Amino acid sequence: MSTGTKDHAGLADIFNEDEARVDWHDETLWFVRAKRDKAAHTLPEWEALRENASKIKDNVLSNLHDYLLQFEAKAQQNGITVHWAADAKEHNEIVTSILKAQSVTRIVKSKSMLTEECHLNEHLQQNGIEVIDTDLGERIVQLAEEPPSHIVLPCIHKKKEEIGELFHEHLGTPQGESDPQFLTAAARVHLREKFLTRKAAITGVNFAIAETGEFVVCTNEGNADMGAHLADVHIACMGIEKIIPKRKHLAVFLRLLARSATGQPITTYSSHFNKPRAGQEMHLVLVDNGRTKQLGRADFRNSLKCIRCGACMNTCPVYRRSGGHSYHTAIAGPIGSILAPNLDMKEYADLPFASTLCGSCTNVCPVKINIHEQLYKWRQVIVKEGYADKKKAVAMKAMEFTLSHPFVYKNAGKAGRWVIKHAPFMVNNNLNLWYKQREMPEPPKQSFSEWYKKNNNE
Amino acid sequence: MNVGLFIPCYIDQFYPNAAIATLKLLQKLGVKVSYPIHQTCCGQPMANSGFEHLTTGCNELFIKNFAEFDYIVSPSGSCVLHVKEHLHSHEEEEKAQGVRKKVYELTEFLTDILKVDKLTARFPHKVGVHQSCHGQRGLKMSQMTELVAEPFSKPMQLLQMVQDLELVELSRPDECCGFGGTFCVAEEAISVKMGKDRVADHVNHGAQYITAADMSCLMHMEGILRRQNSQVKVLHIAEILNAEEV
Repeated sequence: MSTGTKDHAGLADIFNEDEARVDWHDETLWFVRAKRDKAAHTLPEWEALRENASKIKDNVLSNLHDYLLQFEAKAQQNGITVHWAADAKEHNEIVTSILKAQSVTRIVKSKSMLTEECHLNEHLQQNGIEVIDTDLGERIVQLAEEPPSHIVLPCIHKKKEEIGELFHEHLGTPQGESDPQFLTAAARVHLREKFLTRKAAITGVNFAIAETGEFVVCTNEGNADMGAHLADVHIACMGIEKIIPKRKHLAVFLRLLARSATGQPITTYSSHFNKPRAGQEMHLVLVDNGRTKQLGRADFRNSLKCIRCGACMNTCPVYRRSGGHSYHTAIAGPIGSILAPNLDMKEYADLPFASTLCGSCTNVCPVKINIHEQLYKWRQVIVKEGYADKKKAVAMKAMEFTLSHPFVYKNAGKAGRWVIKHAPFMVNNNLNLWYKQREMPEPPKQSFSEWYKKNNNE
Repeated sequence: MNVGLFIPCYIDQFYPNAAIATLKLLQKLGVKVSYPIHQTCCGQPMANSGFEHLTTGCNELFIKNFAEFDYIVSPSGSCVLHVKEHLHSHEEEEKAQGVRKKVYELTEFLTDILKVDKLTARFPHKVGVHQSCHGQRGLKMSQMTELVAEPFSKPMQLLQMVQDLELVELSRPDECCGFGGTFCVAEEAISVKMGKDRVADHVNHGAQYITAADMSCLMHMEGILRRQNSQVKVLHIAEILNAEEV
């Protein structure tokens, strides 16, 4: 996704030009967080469930190689064609070649953050293949020619009136019509025709079970099923970390996923795909794209536990007030900020700093990823690798010198307070970003240490 | 019991009253407190900006100032958390480990070590409590709304001992205020918006004072309140627990 040269702070600045919209965005996502809290509190064993999920994923990450081979063998026995892709480019080429072999030029695709990460849609379009996203939210952002702003709620940044406008323009709904039920019915008619006429369907994968070679796709709209069941060719794309060892483990994750994501007890459809039906081709593409590299980073490997529920975004006070697009990467929010630097440290050097390290993300994470600690650790890596702002580096060195030398510190403090008191115009101007929307603290007559020397004889 | 008072740099420079209240409160409770005069900063501003490797000087100085005490107490959850999680030493790692173990934020020191069950303070005002994130989620000073677990709050437990103080309920009891160290200028727009929203929650629920166990959050919210010409004030929790208003 191209956002010009703007970083998170710059894009957030733009998002905040319309404060009423920020309030609306914040409230909308807070509502989802509150629903999640309510759903979690219906299960007294919630915290044990999180712990369990985290441990299962630990096991997966430590034995990924074996589980992948086991999964591949079982899937092949079931009649699924398995492909391996080292990176996004290979993934896109594999998908394209499967479609070209069948002379397919129009396809439907249900939600898959992996294909967003790989920019599959652009690649297919360049190869003359039309893609219709069938998840309602994704279809909306596709019509708007925007990327999703949230991994579970792709068009959460759009108001119903804006969706009404888009549908009027693209689907011919009456001008000014913004009733959600009406618009959903219009989308249903529009998508039904696509499902019936497209010969190939792409889906994502939420979980792949090593024991059985089956994969599970969770949707609320049934659009993955509609696409896959009507198509002659089903291509499922998954990151290699989506493996779980056994079917019984699925129970743990399905109970956590929807409650964490939207506060539902379970997704409306949790569809198991074992084998192609008679006459159908079923392909599965296993994608690395930086995952093994991340697995090799001791401090960051457990980011691969993520089940893409989006709870960290809904709870993040920064995400709620900056919008998903400000993260300029396929996966926004706190989890995106610890995944993206692995893919391109320079491009995403700003993201680990787009946080107050409040830690709420870590607490809602259903697989207990220590997200805020990893944000802190990425900051250290990014600075050491030389991707930090140069001006900041100079300021930090000066700060280090001052704070390591008590006498320099005392005098600097005095000077600072003197400036605020006697020459407030030096700090109270718009070059001082603190002062732009906040008053400076009132300088006291004396520091605590000065008071202590005068008043405390121990 | 020999307690070393650790006063974070910005409290020393801008909020001496919070530090004085901390000292007096501890003395009132019969604790022998000393303030090592050559202390500066815990190094957190650098570390959180990705420059943890520049904090060696701060760390060594901190160890030199505080290693000898039985406990180290500070009126800042955030700085205490930084020391607990990130203070190390090349030469004296054993001492560093000792420091990490015996450093306490003021209210947790009062509830967990001194086991305070009554206070003489009186503060006849409506007070909103801001749960600073590092104290709450880092030091576990209060239960967190994200978790399915029994509620508790060490700061509120103490505030409930203050005569005539009325606590106000908030719509979002533990949302971040947006200060975030250098985040407050690096991400100015979001920081301010988070602060405005936090302040509004307190104001809308009738708070006359916003208090916290971290002055940095309060400094940020105070900046916003004063810009809005609000009558609502911020006050460090030590100043309320030590209040002798009649």
